[in-house]
Amino acid sequence: MSAPESFAGDREQRVLAIIETARAKPARFRDARITLAHGAGGKATQTLIEGLLVPAFARPGGALAALGDAGAVAAGGVALAISSDSFVVKPLRFPGGSIGELAVNGTVNDLAVSGARALALTVSLILEEGLESEVLAAEVAAIAAAAHTAGVEIVGGDTKVVERGAADGMYITTSGIGVIDPRATLSSEAIAAGDVVLLSGPIAEHGTAIMLARNLFELDAEIESDTCSLWPAVDALLGAAGPALHCMRDATRGGVASVLNELARAAGVSVTVDAAAVPVAPNVAAAAELLGIDPMYIANEGRFVAFVAPAAAERALGALQAVAGCEQAAIIGTVAQEPPGMVLVDTGFGGRRVMDQLVGDPLPRIC
Amino acid sequence: MRYVDEFRDAGLGRVLAGEIAAAVEPGRRLKLMEICGGHTHSIYKYSLDDLLPDNVELVHGPGCPVCVIPMGRVDDGIALAHTEGLIFTCFGDMLRVPGSEQTLLDAKAEGADVRIVYSPLDALRIARENPGHEVLFFAIGFETTAPSTALTLRRAKAEGMTNFTCMCNHVTIVPPLRALLSSPDLRLDGFVGPGHVATVVGTRCFEFIPAEYGRPIVVSGFEPLDILQSILMLCRQLHEGRCEVENQYTRVVSADGNPLALAAMAEVFELRPHFEWRGLGTIAHSALGLCDAYREFDAERRFEVPGVSIADPRACQCGEVLKGVIKPWECRVFGTACTPEHAIGTCMVSPEGACAAYYNYGRIRRPKEAV
Repeated sequence: MSAPESFAGDREQRVLAIIETARAKPARFRDARITLAHGAGGKATQTLIEGLLVPAFARPGGALAALGDAGAVAAGGVALAISSDSFVVKPLRFPGGSIGELAVNGTVNDLAVSGARALALTVSLILEEGLESEVLAAEVAAIAAAAHTAGVEIVGGDTKVVERGAADGMYITTSGIGVIDPRATLSSEAIAAGDVVLLSGPIAEHGTAIMLARNLFELDAEIESDTCSLWPAVDALLGAAGPALHCMRDATRGGVASVLNELARAAGVSVTVDAAAVPVAPNVAAAAELLGIDPMYIANEGRFVAFVAPAAAERALGALQAVAGCEQAAIIGTVAQEPPGMVLVDTGFGGRRVMDQLVGDPLPRIC
Repeated sequence: MRYVDEFRDAGLGRVLAGEIAAAVEPGRRLKLMEICGGHTHSIYKYSLDDLLPDNVELVHGPGCPVCVIPMGRVDDGIALAHTEGLIFTCFGDMLRVPGSEQTLLDAKAEGADVRIVYSPLDALRIARENPGHEVLFFAIGFETTAPSTALTLRRAKAEGMTNFTCMCNHVTIVPPLRALLSSPDLRLDGFVGPGHVATVVGTRCFEFIPAEYGRPIVVSGFEPLDILQSILMLCRQLHEGRCEVENQYTRVVSADGNPLALAAMAEVFELRPHFEWRGLGTIAHSALGLCDAYREFDAERRFEVPGVSIADPRACQCGEVLKGVIKPWECRVFGTACTPEHAIGTCMVSPEGACAAYYNYGRIRRPKEAV
């Protein structure tokens, strides 16, 4: 029996090699219509961005090709970062935050993980006819408060009203600009074999809070969104690790799993995650278990992953853990050369498996 | 998580793996089928294959509710979803299952009102909240989910709902197992039995497997230690020359099952004379339809349903995967033409499908030792 079995093993390896080659090819956008999956932050989103948007917009050698959270632009010798983010979350308010607070922190954080402290934001509101002014005023106050906390000025904006039914209460888009910190030398290309992966705190709280706030499951748990400005944590990491800090990304839609997949693919490396090292609050883990959703795929609004050279890892971790809200920061994985573009998990059960990008959407409109 | 983490203890897992290796006679190869897709999912998620000795091979079985839905039924569902004013409700797994021309997700993007529910009771609530609309629940699953559909229909009847219907695709576990066991090229040594189905139907109904087909079966829970322990129990039976139904999942499964659930099913459903299974063909008395007393809730009687039988795409080998004849990666379109994002076959869609589980979790090129 042993000869045919080992042959089958070789054949399996060949099939897997063919699949890897197919997956490494640039994404082509060929869907007939937009489905909710295109907004989920997983494979369909990637296909939309890499197959339609980037080919249309990117200039050779331009900033877009890097596909970072913010674009880098040089102006008069100053390195600036620009980013924009839209929010369509349902419900508008949820434990731990609201759409207004998310809208500010979302753009501030996209700039922060690009190494830039936000200087100024614009805020665009799309309002549905019939929205109660009280609801709007509460969100305006939430925007102002979040901007104050993040130390960013709101310098402009826009307002549109659409007919009842053409939007769901309100949607918000924020755009922000920041100066890239001179200590930051961040890019996905800087990620190298041997790097360690830091995670800034317990995961899956935002997405779980939204799920429970929708009352779909008759589950009760005191879980709050983790939405917050990431700049203090980024500032501490830049100070502790400097050039040893290779890359950061906030783990929003699609969760930590999606972000690690994006970066593994962009850097052409593999990332192996130690499942047991990933901090998840017990009530979040229990809710996710009941709903059959892996916390690694659930959205966060105040957590990021950082890739750090091994020599600086402990120092970076210590600096991160000293920041309020990041006490549970942890080293969750390591980077290797092979197999490129893949994220693997040590299951904690003596085995190793793939942790792929998200396909489909467990829950639309979480941010 | 208490009562869950205990069943994920890696140290105990290694102990069980060692005992499994010790329980298999040297030189003997065992092929064991896990019937249930939930087991397949756990096996890949915890990479249990990595812990098993080389001479114990796990083969994936037909117990994945989404995987066994034939394309014609998906098309029927999509046709109903396009009905003006109808709200179509189903479990999220169904949305990406390919019909002959589109998926429910595509239908939704074209304007069909397709909504994901987590329980049939949610569908009933939607019907209550939308009295001006027909609300249809597309029911799928083995005996695991059939009782919740039955209870929902019972409640709909008690409330006198007139805008709620069910398109019933519930199937039963024993007929496909018989079909599988009757196959002349059967090369399986034993079965890891479906724990959740057994919660409802009990372990007794699997006694035909050892009695008529001479194969042992151990009804198993779904945590990694459950599965390893069940494999160990199977290996021990085979080693000791026993052949019986054993119950590893004693914390929820009894010999006679759940009498209340069975009574609800008996009240609401009747066996269909025959039903088409994806890849397995038509199997007599293998599925449930609504009985006459519940006819007013039967979507197939209230609406015009095309009811066309559609042959599976020629490239698709879901049937062979479901029967455990081939491994997912042996299918000719696996991972290239058929991927989770653009599936050809059902086994690539559901998280319980063997192909999806292998693609999402098991697709690792392991360094091969020189032979």
